[in-house]
Amino acid sequence: MTDPRAAAVTEPRPLPEPTPVSQPFWDGLAEGRVMVQYSPSLAAYVFYPRLLAPGTLADDLEWREISGRGTLHTFTVAERPTAPPWADAVPQLLAVVEWDEGPRFSTELVDADPERLEVGMRVEPVFCPVPDAGVTLLRYRPVPETAPEAAQAG
Amino acid sequence: MGLRGEAAIVGIAELPAQRRQSGPARFTIEQYAHLARLVVEDAGVPASVVNGLVTHGVQESEMFAPATLSEYLGLPLDFGERVDLGGATAAGMVWRAAAAVELGVCDAVLCVVPGSSVLPQSARRPAAAPSWLGASSGRFGSPQAEFEIPYGNVGQNAPYAQIARRYAAEFGYDARATAKIAVDQRTNACAHPGAVFHGKPITVDDVLDSPVIADPIHLLEIVMRVQGGAAVLVANADVARRARHRPVWVRGFGEHIAFKTPTYAEDLVRTPIARAADRAFAMAGLDRSDVDMASIYDCYTITVLMSLEDAGFCAKGTGMSWVQEHDLTFRGDFPVNTAGGQLSFGQAGTAGGMHHVVDATRQLMGRAEAAQVAECHTAFVTGNGGIMSEQVALLLQGE
Repeated sequence: MTDPRAAAVTEPRPLPEPTPVSQPFWDGLAEGRVMVQYSPSLAAYVFYPRLLAPGTLADDLEWREISGRGTLHTFTVAERPTAPPWADAVPQLLAVVEWDEGPRFSTELVDADPERLEVGMRVEPVFCPVPDAGVTLLRYRPVPETAPEAAQAG
Repeated sequence: MGLRGEAAIVGIAELPAQRRQSGPARFTIEQYAHLARLVVEDAGVPASVVNGLVTHGVQESEMFAPATLSEYLGLPLDFGERVDLGGATAAGMVWRAAAAVELGVCDAVLCVVPGSSVLPQSARRPAAAPSWLGASSGRFGSPQAEFEIPYGNVGQNAPYAQIARRYAAEFGYDARATAKIAVDQRTNACAHPGAVFHGKPITVDDVLDSPVIADPIHLLEIVMRVQGGAAVLVANADVARRARHRPVWVRGFGEHIAFKTPTYAEDLVRTPIARAADRAFAMAGLDRSDVDMASIYDCYTITVLMSLEDAGFCAKGTGMSWVQEHDLTFRGDFPVNTAGGQLSFGQAGTAGGMHHVVDATRQLMGRAEAAQVAECHTAFVTGNGGIMSEQVALLLQGE
């Protein structure tokens, strides 16, 4: 097993490139909004963006704005970089968030203490414009605890 | 529905696992030839009986893999097939070969998976740098390139760790139990000379003291990449009668493909092997209690644990205690991965999936020597591709 830390730390991080179908999602993030497809016949939100609804192949996907809030479905604290571009980014807090509207979203957590992460905790979106790249990434952070009773209710 | 159990594995070949390859660099077409020769020799039949071939692909030729191999091996084919199921490729090859044999399409099918990444290098065209993408696709338009990779969600360690984390949240987690899987398989490797960790026993504490790679997965709970390669020959009853060893009949199979990236799994902790195993047992008319050894795809210890649960050998959510209560070594009450599995034999790339087919067949043929399971007649085999996303179950019987 090669140690990824031995690799050059200068390898650039790959950035997403919007496609004709997915463009509204990325346009939304640039405005601080989470836009997701919805299929009326499926009565369900759909993610990631597609041409036709998954499962039914219905041609009725429409874009809707969602809150972007959700729960931490799962996560890991990667102590070794997952690939050379993240050699200087450990520990990586790699997470799957389940939006309140249903679909799951792969992301990473910021502003979080790795020791205090828990499956099921509430998380909120953090919009992260990438300088000079014309793209905004969607990361997540734990919802700050406002009062002790809120923490217990979580 | 399904197989009648009239196609058999009649020969096996597995190169010893090596951290550093001792032999010369070989192209994959050359590795195919070498492994094909070994497997027909093992069966004791002439190469001319082969008229079917299943391949994962050829490094030297991106397309037309079966034709390329047919030409290079000099074996005309009545059945040529390519299987693209990652770690489930080998198990997927075996049932496709058995189906072709039972349909009478062909008599004997080579299922070969080269496992050496040490290829001759061109002096004129430098090789591309090794990719860190693993099972992910970074191409434009790939959902992973757009929605996973930009956040560093790439490779296998992190997503398997996410699955383990979710499992822990739903059912609890016993790090000593997953570690024991690695320890028992290491015991098995110590009885199998071809294993890369032959002669190197470990303890539960060794596993837990090894570095955490992606919480909760430790280094010694992850496969070791090795150089190697493996093959089997699947044939009809006529060839099986003429072959040297006890035939190992393919009695049942199941295959289920559910997603590519676990982010989108309907249920992260209930894996596709559940459906595949149910179908395999129903097809074979066998019960879980009929199984004498299990050869479970083991890229990580959590994969073994969840596969044993989802395949029905213990109730969902009880795997941690079940593993503690059973001896998974070749001498134990529930032998698993008796040649060490990929954790301790080593993972020779995609050939790692074939390790599980070969290990089960070796046991059923009665050829496991120091690691032989007594009275071993029925084996359950799994293949697992991607991130628990595509899985195949096989039921094999020696008779």
